[in-house]
Amino acid sequence: MVDREKVHALVREAKSESLEEKDILINTLHKVQDYFGNYIPVEAAEIVAEELVVPKSKVYEVLTFYTMFSTKPRGKYVIRVCVNLPCHVTGGREIVQTLKELLGVQFGETTKDGLFTLETTSCLGLCGVAPVIMINDQYYGDLTPKKVKELIENLRSGGDAR
Amino acid sequence: MKPMLVLVSVDSNSVLLGAKHFVNYLKDLIGKYGLQDTVDVLETGTMGVYTQGVVMAIFPDDVYYSVRSTEDVEKIVTEHLLKGRSVLSLEIPKDRLKLVVEKEKVSAETRIVLRNVGSIDPRSIDEYIARDGYFALHKVLSEMRPQQVLECVKASGLRGRGGAGFPTGLKWEFTAKVQADQKYVVCNADEGEPGTFKDRLIMEGDPHSVIEAMTICGYAVGATKGYIYIRGEYYGSVDNIQKAIKDAYEYGFLGKDIMGSGFDFDLTVRLGAGAYICGEETALLESIEGKSGRPRLKPPYPPTNGLFGKPTVINNVETFANIPQIILNGPEWFKSFGTAGSPGTKVYSLVGNVVRRGIVEVPMGTTVRDLIYRFGGGLVGGKDLYMVQTGGTAGTFIGIDKLDAPLDYDSFKNYGVSIGSGVILAMSDEVCPVDVALNTMQFFAHESCGKCTPCREGTRLAVQILERMSKGQGKLEDLETLKQIAYVTQEASLCGLGQSINVPLLSIVENFRNDFIEHLKASSCPHGVCEFIKIQKSKVKT
Repeated sequence: MVDREKVHALVREAKSESLEEKDILINTLHKVQDYFGNYIPVEAAEIVAEELVVPKSKVYEVLTFYTMFSTKPRGKYVIRVCVNLPCHVTGGREIVQTLKELLGVQFGETTKDGLFTLETTSCLGLCGVAPVIMINDQYYGDLTPKKVKELIENLRSGGDAR
Repeated sequence: MKPMLVLVSVDSNSVLLGAKHFVNYLKDLIGKYGLQDTVDVLETGTMGVYTQGVVMAIFPDDVYYSVRSTEDVEKIVTEHLLKGRSVLSLEIPKDRLKLVVEKEKVSAETRIVLRNVGSIDPRSIDEYIARDGYFALHKVLSEMRPQQVLECVKASGLRGRGGAGFPTGLKWEFTAKVQADQKYVVCNADEGEPGTFKDRLIMEGDPHSVIEAMTICGYAVGATKGYIYIRGEYYGSVDNIQKAIKDAYEYGFLGKDIMGSGFDFDLTVRLGAGAYICGEETALLESIEGKSGRPRLKPPYPPTNGLFGKPTVINNVETFANIPQIILNGPEWFKSFGTAGSPGTKVYSLVGNVVRRGIVEVPMGTTVRDLIYRFGGGLVGGKDLYMVQTGGTAGTFIGIDKLDAPLDYDSFKNYGVSIGSGVILAMSDEVCPVDVALNTMQFFAHESCGKCTPCREGTRLAVQILERMSKGQGKLEDLETLKQIAYVTQEASLCGLGQSINVPLLSIVENFRNDFIEHLKASSCPHGVCEFIKIQKSKVKT
């Protein structure tokens, strides 16, 4: 059940940061998604639509347009792999392969245990230490298949995403 | 002030190499050895290089170390800080530290954009002020009329650093000339061009320079509100910019009646949410307005019809970061750097297979060769350079025959080498041009917003063809089809994304035509990258 009061509070918080009436939808969605972990429940999106006086369809359109938002719950750890050229040519191909093999999922899928969701991302601007991945809000750079393996094993055995 | 100072790079790239951890360890050791009254530790932005570890600089000795482990930190504390002996094994020779190289060559003043990055604590407004920060804003508000500010920026010849190179002063003037009840200043910090991370490091290392410049711009064009649109993934930049905005409000450099001048300017941050297309200026405006980031039909252009339909100046982070220095030192000073058509400096991101990946600020007109060999230290493992992508994913692919092209906003026209957002992605002969082309077109297919057909379908078709080629199933006529796709998407697309696809696609197909042909003829990938899949004969017949 979605805590309506909390969502209302988040919308109010976002509203306090606005310079113009309509400039706050995406920042609001960020706040709501951060609160729910890694997705925005339908009920919460509806509250945002009501509070900001925008049609629900528009909120849904925005939610599905931007890759950082999700309307469905994702795994406990969302792994975003940079697939752009600067990572691709510095060992990124091997990182992608390793992750797919280790997790047994393709991009956009979540592991059966609900632990990992594998996603692609565009350049994260950390090309000085490529190849790079993100796990939730943490970055990991200078990766090798061995390091990736250690990372995943650590998370599987209950470790923290550093 | 304490007699010794240790500066540590803790920008986002360095953090991944353990910078935060090393700083904490360093502070612990300083306490343990009772050095807390002698040694200050300061966290600063990037010092430019990464591949050797986290950079720590010790002053007044002016010694630079690269640190890879806590043992290294321990050595520096017990040897250098306690006994005054340099740790030779960890020292970075001066000539290998890119930023220092530049100082020796043309004096420190060539660092215009990065002058404070890696030197000050970016979270301290006082340190920025101590380096003449907000002096330009004061000068503008107390001595100059808006028209004079416009003249100064116009005379400097500064061109937009986002990639298109449009004259900044002209853009400002368009907005200034329009009468409107509300105007806006927007900073495009939606840095998404793959390989580019200069804006991130500017915002992390010197956030106030952007804020000061936007306020100056607001005064010049008559805007009272500003937005900084930052990529949602850039946590470090968002943090530092938000802290800087808060401090600027407290010091009276933002808000009502700035410095007693009667000029008001409000500034706030908006986050992106993972869409490359939002780097396109009208898509970015749509996004601030709370919509999907789909580009608008142009004209009208943002300087007259921008955010909420009002006149809006949009500039890149690096463009803004130039402004305070131009105001303080004058347009003639600025024009003394760089080339006649593109004055000033450019911050490049050196990435890929170079030895020293990182960012470097050099005058416009520097050659690709210098960037890769002099500043980047050549290729990892002494491998041979095979191809270079300049300017980002929407930039050009060149072979080693074009390394001596001096980069500026005219080098695409003159040499077929684009400067774009300043990416220099060096690739060794272990990459395959077909695979590189495929990766590039996959990027565009993914990031195409889908609003217009040529871009949506053109990118998809190009991916299909290149996928076939990479599996060893290509045909010679595919090369012509790829060229056709490039022309059509360029001519018929709505916005800069689709219109620029021809640049990478044509340059790779033309400059590496022989590679593509060899790839078609070969029975396995000549570079050992692509996996060929034989078509079963029965399928061919049907």
